[in-house]
Amino acid sequence: MTAGSGWIDEALREHDHGQRPENPDGRPSLPVTDREQQVLDRIDRARRRRPRVREERITMSHGAGGKATQTLIEAVFLDAFRNPLLEPLEDAAELRVPGPRDAPGTVKGTGARLALTTDSYVVSPLFFPGGNIGDLAVNGTVNDLSVSGATPMYLTAGFILEEGFPVADLIRLAASMRDAAAAACVSIVTGDTKVVQRGKADGCYINTAGVGVLAGDVSLGVAAARPGDAIIVSGPVGDHGITIMLARGELDIEADVVSDTAPLNGLVADLLAAVPGVRAMRDATRGGVATILNEIARAADVGVLVVEDDIPVRAEVRGACELLGIDPMYVACEGRMVAVVPGESAAAAVRALRAHPLGADAAVIGQVVADQPGMVRLKTSFGGTRIVDLLVGDPLPRIC
Amino acid sequence: MRFVDEFRDADKAHALAAKIAALCEPGRSYKFMEVCGGHTHTIYKHGLEDYLPEAITLVHGPGCPVCVIPMGRVDDAMHLAARPDVIMTSFGDMMRVPGSNGSFFDAKASGTDIRMVYSPLDSLKIARQNPDRQVVFMAIGFETTAPSTAMTMLRAAAEGISNFSVFCNHVTIVPAIKAILDSPDLRLDGFLGPGHVSTVIGCRPYEFIARDYHKPVVVAGFEPLDILQSIYMLLRQLAEGRSAVENQYSRVVPWNGNVVALKAIGETMELRPYFEWRGLGFISHSALRVREKYAAMDAERLFSVPGVRVADPKACQCGEVLKGVLKPWECKVFGTACTPETPIGTCMVSPEGACAAYYNYGRMNRNRVPEAAPAGQS
Repeated sequence: MTAGSGWIDEALREHDHGQRPENPDGRPSLPVTDREQQVLDRIDRARRRRPRVREERITMSHGAGGKATQTLIEAVFLDAFRNPLLEPLEDAAELRVPGPRDAPGTVKGTGARLALTTDSYVVSPLFFPGGNIGDLAVNGTVNDLSVSGATPMYLTAGFILEEGFPVADLIRLAASMRDAAAAACVSIVTGDTKVVQRGKADGCYINTAGVGVLAGDVSLGVAAARPGDAIIVSGPVGDHGITIMLARGELDIEADVVSDTAPLNGLVADLLAAVPGVRAMRDATRGGVATILNEIARAADVGVLVVEDDIPVRAEVRGACELLGIDPMYVACEGRMVAVVPGESAAAAVRALRAHPLGADAAVIGQVVADQPGMVRLKTSFGGTRIVDLLVGDPLPRIC
Repeated sequence: MRFVDEFRDADKAHALAAKIAALCEPGRSYKFMEVCGGHTHTIYKHGLEDYLPEAITLVHGPGCPVCVIPMGRVDDAMHLAARPDVIMTSFGDMMRVPGSNGSFFDAKASGTDIRMVYSPLDSLKIARQNPDRQVVFMAIGFETTAPSTAMTMLRAAAEGISNFSVFCNHVTIVPAIKAILDSPDLRLDGFLGPGHVSTVIGCRPYEFIARDYHKPVVVAGFEPLDILQSIYMLLRQLAEGRSAVENQYSRVVPWNGNVVALKAIGETMELRPYFEWRGLGFISHSALRVREKYAAMDAERLFSVPGVRVADPKACQCGEVLKGVLKPWECKVFGTACTPETPIGTCMVSPEGACAAYYNYGRMNRNRVPEAAPAGQS
């Protein structure tokens, strides 16, 4: 059976199975708006069904951070590894380890709470304006820990190197990682090196894992979002993705943009100190801000309403996106986060973020609402409303 | 952003919306077809329907290059791509279109050498870099993209590049519009004419619509205000009892088209006697093929393709959607079996496809402008 016909038949069988009864003459007689609403409800049910990977082979879409990635994670990895720590699918898992009662980050009688995360980096090119794969690998893992509310402590570093890779480049990358780790106050404490034959990898891939300590009773998660909460981004979105895209030199577009790669732990600490009751934070990497908004809507079963005019995007990034037909809301950042805070704390949160150099352009971009749960809607600059869905396909492969 | 923000001004949109609502005759409903998929995309991406009274229905037309390619042609392209001596190059839109054996993306994942390009000139570059392989460009699109294919062929000929060829699927818009006008399924009140096609062919080719079918045509730009203004211009013609071809997109579209582009197409390509369109069936003189003179650059002549007509999956109603007979959500498999991640039909693939635009941007409860909506309806 072929890839194409196979899944079509299967999809159709599935469709027939869950079909609503129709009028025998094939033309339902309900008014148009009601019929449309029925279809929308049916789609909503279909979207909430257990995800299945229909492709027979991995495609680039599976790595894009959008719909296909989510399906792959849930249908393959979550299915195989399922456990309560993995299940929330947060940026970092929260672990409890029994420890001496006076250890830092300890809640009395329960031991220390740790956050654990891992991330691999395959960005191409390896060196780009504003950074390289080395500092990206450190900052990315630091950020995954930070947005889970943890103080990042220790990192691991694994290298997969291609035969023929210049040692001078590796030394540069290691130096960048050292500097990034110092800036984020973490130590790289263990690592691994593998070399594969020429052509079996593309120069250098890096994996980092990180451990952080969760202080006090900090417990964050997008499932905690409630109607009335404000949604904040910490700065202009899309800088990293567009920088990488242009750095590849395939598009003959030039723009004055640099990657926003940076450690967010300082910014996060300032926010948590200034605003009690922060619900959740996520760093807007692959799939961009749009993906995070969808994760919030889905995890908390709430509606999300954002305002296009309020989303900070640099003019250069907007221009490049317009030319490429890409929505900046889907473009990756490497030093930006989205925070969900109670509505009444929004002003204080923005003030706290703006007081930090990495949050100077922080802004409220929207709110959590009760209606149309599971759906992200955007009030466009033009004054209309549309949906912001999960990314389908991969316009920008190997961005991090 | 200059030249963009001016055309997305919410204040001007509100003013235009009021004028549009004022022009609607009470009790009358209006059906306008936006011919071009680019318009469909803009309408949903900017939430333009929020500005329109309930009485106005926008019907999505056949002007989506990817959508109208029939499955048999996708299979032919896949057959070419599978040859070990061939590097297939394609626009990104085409990569996810399902053939009977999966899409270009699926084939790529299985090891077939298919590369995504942003311009046919990129294909030519690949041909220069791979002199021992045949580089085939999957040429799709209306008169908008045909000139770039033609110019690339002329460039290849001038440079004497012998390993570049074109699998030509270029189609022409006017026969498709005529097929829709002649179809008994649909009563339309007017057309938003295709803006970018018209930059090449000009506005004259649409005169028969106004003259013979007495329907107003307004060639429209692609920013949301362009479309609102064009709807206003259509309503004004109807209110005044006129039917004419008007050019809203005059900042880009010359009345007589682009002679240089037309000459390049004419030099390299000629009309096919007939061509199959997805959903619309065989339409005579509706597509282009490579001229005999450039046979060495014609993938169909260089390599044999099966050329078999392949029926669409039976549940797929892309044809009805392309003709404007069905709204995307009225298709039986819309959003359940057929989604952007696993599309069954082409209309769900391309960002210009009506189904993809509605699914990605418009799939929600919408409040239309209150002036015209019956009380209590949402």
